[in-house]
Amino acid sequence: MALLEIRNLSVEFATHSGKFRAVDGVDVTVDEGELLAIVGESGSGKSVSMLALMGLLPWTATVTADKMEFDGHDLRKISARARRRIIGKDITMIFQEPMSSLNPAFTIGWQIKETLRKHTDLNRSQRQDRAVELMRQVGIPAPEKRLQAYPHQLSGGMSQRAMIAMALANKPKLLIADEPTTALDVTIQAQILELLTDLQRDAGMALVLITHDMGVVAETVQRVQVQYAGQRVELQEVDGLFENPHHPYTAALLAALPERATEKRLPTIPGVVPGQFDRPHGCLFSPRCRFADARCIAERPRPASADLGYALCHYPLIDGLPTGKETAA
Amino acid sequence: MSEPILTATNLKRHYEVKGGFMKPNAIVRALDGASFTLTPGKTLAVVGESGSGKSTLARVVTMIEAPTDGELIIGGRKIGPEGASRDRDLRAMVQIVFQDPYGSLNPRQTIGQTLMEPLLLNRPEIGAAEREKRAREMLGMVGLRPEHFERYPHMFSGGQRQRVAVARALMLEPKILVLDEPVSALDLSIQSQVLNLLMDLQERMDLAYLFISHDLSVVRHLADEVLVLYLGQPVEIGPKEQIFEHPRHPYTKALLSATPVADPLMRKERIKLKGELPSPMNKPEGCSFNPRCWRRLDICTTVEPELQGHGHCYACHNPVPEDETAAA
Repeated sequence: MALLEIRNLSVEFATHSGKFRAVDGVDVTVDEGELLAIVGESGSGKSVSMLALMGLLPWTATVTADKMEFDGHDLRKISARARRRIIGKDITMIFQEPMSSLNPAFTIGWQIKETLRKHTDLNRSQRQDRAVELMRQVGIPAPEKRLQAYPHQLSGGMSQRAMIAMALANKPKLLIADEPTTALDVTIQAQILELLTDLQRDAGMALVLITHDMGVVAETVQRVQVQYAGQRVELQEVDGLFENPHHPYTAALLAALPERATEKRLPTIPGVVPGQFDRPHGCLFSPRCRFADARCIAERPRPASADLGYALCHYPLIDGLPTGKETAA
Repeated sequence: MSEPILTATNLKRHYEVKGGFMKPNAIVRALDGASFTLTPGKTLAVVGESGSGKSTLARVVTMIEAPTDGELIIGGRKIGPEGASRDRDLRAMVQIVFQDPYGSLNPRQTIGQTLMEPLLLNRPEIGAAEREKRAREMLGMVGLRPEHFERYPHMFSGGQRQRVAVARALMLEPKILVLDEPVSALDLSIQSQVLNLLMDLQERMDLAYLFISHDLSVVRHLADEVLVLYLGQPVEIGPKEQIFEHPRHPYTKALLSATPVADPLMRKERIKLKGELPSPMNKPEGCSFNPRCWRRLDICTTVEPELQGHGHCYACHNPVPEDETAAA
């Protein structure tokens, strides 16, 4: 059984210029101990969909879903109080900016021990021992001393480790990492990614990695979900995705990577991600797609079959060529 | 090959930090002895972690700050510690594009005003009609439409704003363009558009680029030469192919191996660096990389290595052997 199952999740924000749909019918399934990546550009709704799961969105947001189940709990129905018993214990999250997600007024130790105080019945000295153990687990040298440090006394890499320690405190079943290494240098990024994947493998924890870096995806995860403008456009195993992408957006995105370029001029995707006022009626990618025709502009596509990566496209690509055009004509 | 337009020799920029009560003042060696040349039509990429002195280098080359020591010759003219604040023509030769296109454009100026301002300040002899004509031409050159002239920055996406920033930098017809992480704030699908634009402009205007980036896949695509900085010091410099195929300095090799490659089938050996960049206020004795280096010898902790070699230079007592680098 899936650990997390979300069906047809939509998030709408009430803005002063009308409603804006940031997430548009997204499905997410995560099995126990699995490593899933959600990839997309800014505005693809990758962070918002996970924040909706955590219940961390502001009041202007309206969340609707056909199904939102975590480990047997229906997250749509439970009270805020019951949700708080799950969030921070079984589901935890780390964010992009370690510097701004730690509270500058409290020591690292206080902040780690706070989650232990809320979710466990360990006494004071047991909490201290557990905090030291966690700090050691994430590779922070001199843990006893660092527990007394304030966030500004730590570097970016160390703060992110402290965040991870905090997220691991209650042995979560699911860890959501929202761009955990974007603000860090490559040598530190390599350390943090290895730490996360080691923990995922050894602790049997499921990990959802939100990122925009295709290199990180290729090297760390098993299954990849590609999002565009609030929709899931493709879901595939990582090897297949890089070798034979089925959605034109995925294909174009991969082609635009400088390291995959075959000549000096890079292939580009014309135009920009649609905003609040220029959302196309049909396929959301159709204005930028090189294969788009009249049907794509008029009609919303439905996800293709599993062996076509659930591609949200009228003419899913196989080996870079669109299929099914003849039957439509 | 044409003559270099910029020659930097042993360029240094130090900052003094007040020590506070009973503490002596400390010196931060943000940039400590960089030598390189820039040639028209060529790109020198500068790579390194944060705190390695990349941005300080950009500030010194653009003459925002004067070097504390060393020699900087731009277009045959020498810039000393007194800086170049009086020499407008010289400063017009070097222009800069910043990382964040949201912060670097004035929100209260239209795109047209933004583009015309450099001419207004530096070329007062040019009339208003000519100014506008040149600004409109430049708009077309960077791939924006004529109607964008009257618009404000908030009406543009990140990629378009970066085009405006590039256009503004080119208004004074510079010879050198300093690009400080020009695409790292942009989405992948937009990044390639801006990179293509930069390559087109370089070809058309014979510009010399100083390209600062931490994204090695972009550097590999764009650069002709690569300079690797560590704690303000150049540890390796050479032609792109040499640096990427045969890195000799352990730090360069580690940096290359740490960069994720977008190919799930390629499994490579990763060199893990321990620890983080030390503070530039108290650099380690000897080679500044020695506490994190896996090829450290006794000599590394006492004697500072000099840059050696010709064309492809590296500062290391125990460089990675040539045959070992080929496998990476």
